[in-house]
Amino acid sequence: MSVATQDNAASVGRVGRTFVYLTLLLFALFYLLPFFIMVVNSVKPLSEITGGNMMALPQEWTIAPWLSAWSTAQIGVEPTGLRPYFWNSIRMVVPAVVICTIIGALNGYVLTKWRFRGDTIIFGLMLFSCFIPFQIVLIPMARILGILEIAGTTTGLVLVHVVYGIGFATLYFRNYYAAFPTELVRAAQIDGAGFFQIFYRILLPSSGPITVVCVIWLFTNIWNDFLFGASFASGDAAPMTVALNNLVSSSTGVKEYNVHFAGAILAALPTLLVYIVAGRFFVRGLMAGSVKG
Amino acid sequence: MGFLDINHVTKSYGNVEVLHRVDIAVEEGEFLVLVGPSGCGKSTLLNMIAGLEGITSGEISIKDRVMNGVHPSKRNIAMVFQSYALYPNMSVAQNITFGLEMHGTPKPEREKALKDVASLLQIDHLLDRKPGQLSGGQRQRVAMGRALVRNPDVFLFDEPLSNLDAKLRVDMRTEIKKLHQNLKTTVVYVTHDQIEAMTLSTRIAVMFDGYVQQLGTPKEIYDTPENVFVATFMGSPAMNVVPAKVEMVDGVPHAKVARAEGDDALLAFAQDNMSEWAGKDILLGIRPEAITDPEGADRDSNCIVTLANRVGVTEPSGADTFVTMTLGGKDVIARMRADTTVQVDEMFDFAVNMEKAVAFDPQTEARIKA
Repeated sequence: MSVATQDNAASVGRVGRTFVYLTLLLFALFYLLPFFIMVVNSVKPLSEITGGNMMALPQEWTIAPWLSAWSTAQIGVEPTGLRPYFWNSIRMVVPAVVICTIIGALNGYVLTKWRFRGDTIIFGLMLFSCFIPFQIVLIPMARILGILEIAGTTTGLVLVHVVYGIGFATLYFRNYYAAFPTELVRAAQIDGAGFFQIFYRILLPSSGPITVVCVIWLFTNIWNDFLFGASFASGDAAPMTVALNNLVSSSTGVKEYNVHFAGAILAALPTLLVYIVAGRFFVRGLMAGSVKG
Repeated sequence: MGFLDINHVTKSYGNVEVLHRVDIAVEEGEFLVLVGPSGCGKSTLLNMIAGLEGITSGEISIKDRVMNGVHPSKRNIAMVFQSYALYPNMSVAQNITFGLEMHGTPKPEREKALKDVASLLQIDHLLDRKPGQLSGGQRQRVAMGRALVRNPDVFLFDEPLSNLDAKLRVDMRTEIKKLHQNLKTTVVYVTHDQIEAMTLSTRIAVMFDGYVQQLGTPKEIYDTPENVFVATFMGSPAMNVVPAKVEMVDGVPHAKVARAEGDDALLAFAQDNMSEWAGKDILLGIRPEAITDPEGADRDSNCIVTLANRVGVTEPSGADTFVTMTLGGKDVIARMRADTTVQVDEMFDFAVNMEKAVAFDPQTEARIKA
């Protein structure tokens, strides 16, 4: 009897599993559809898009739209392509992410291993900073950038993103280090290691997963930001997102949809790359704090 | 002045004093065990010696040098933690030499020290591994290696064996003792396990509620506990403490205790000073091994008293058989030889070695001294 019921259970499982996988497949296709359309239309001539089906594969393959989007398309008034703005974004994202991660890790280290009176209040305030809507700070931030004379520059944008990013970075590292055994820090103290030596030699080497989480999070957010980019860096200093908007909404001439699609993919590519390269650490990092306890 | 002096030391968190005026002088080469239930302040005291916690008042000095406010790394101490606290990202060799590196010891010396310690602890073959690849016992050795390599004045152990399984714990206990016998270093060792305390120490400080209840050699602590807490905390099974009344019979003080049936038994005291307590209530403390079968009684004792009582429960443990009976309204455990034939619910003649009995004042719970 037991064999029969087991057999039964297995076959029910198989039907159920097939159903689950079919559903998943369907959803995956559904979510991939927009990306498919973007890719397909970015490699066909404009005439094929305006004249026919957006879903169809190109009859004539071309990378001209990509080249145009990258180096010759009209952004605002200059025919520069997205290239200079891409580098703007890189120059904004990389320093901002590096600075945020370093400061966040240090904050997390101090808030968990060098506790002081009022540390929870400070952490609470930092946490609070994560949830202040961007719109609220626009005008005060503009004033501060003006005073510092970095308004309208990439440096200004770096500052803005650092200010916003530190809250999140601190939150990540604090929660991660809270689960890090304090006895290790004490052992290192007895061994004679100082504040920074303990940080570099003991904590940082164990911080891989949370660093990846923090970097992915910050990179994606800062790269994708439009509001600050549009508000604080106009013209030549604009980041990729603002340039893409300028490309798509420039009102002169024909709408080159294929170039727009190519530009949009270019704008999304770095975050996509970061996910693909570091994505498997992402889940691992998110889990690390919760499971270890 | 001792080698390690703890002088009038107290510790407070806000208004709460958790450690009350501790005075302990540890001689060079001593193995001092701080033992007590959790929350008694033993780990706090150890951390204060290590410099990981501040001293509220009083003084701690090592080799006549006052250590208050001195950084842990400058006290020339080494500590073994309960969780071993091995650096997970470093190899065993790096773990062991990290302290030397931080103190600026040149590399050739570090290598030599590492080699010596590794062969002493027999961990030569593990030096390239990461702590995550080691078993509990191996981690324990590495943690001790990290402490040994610095050649410190004082070793501090914070419950180092409590994460090991029972068998390994006994083995490592013996190894620690062996190590101490060979190296003759000064050790302060914290544990909640009274057997570890008894077996390892040259002196024990029994702590409870932030007070040192008694400081003495294992034998002193075991045979002449200062109070009921020490008596019942040390020893397994615990000392039997039963209410009794002192009565003079033929000029000899006797303890009158109620038997299982409700009638009284008289046990003659070996100590004459108990006559001063004639007619008064006391608490009578007898260790399980002082209540035996008549043949198993201590031949050197001059004061074996026979006590007939009804047997409640028998628990053979292999080496001994523990017999529970009711005395003075409490369960009293007797330790018999393994093959003694004892029938449950039958009367049995227990032999009580009254030389080993102690009496406590029921008001203060302090031992009545001779």
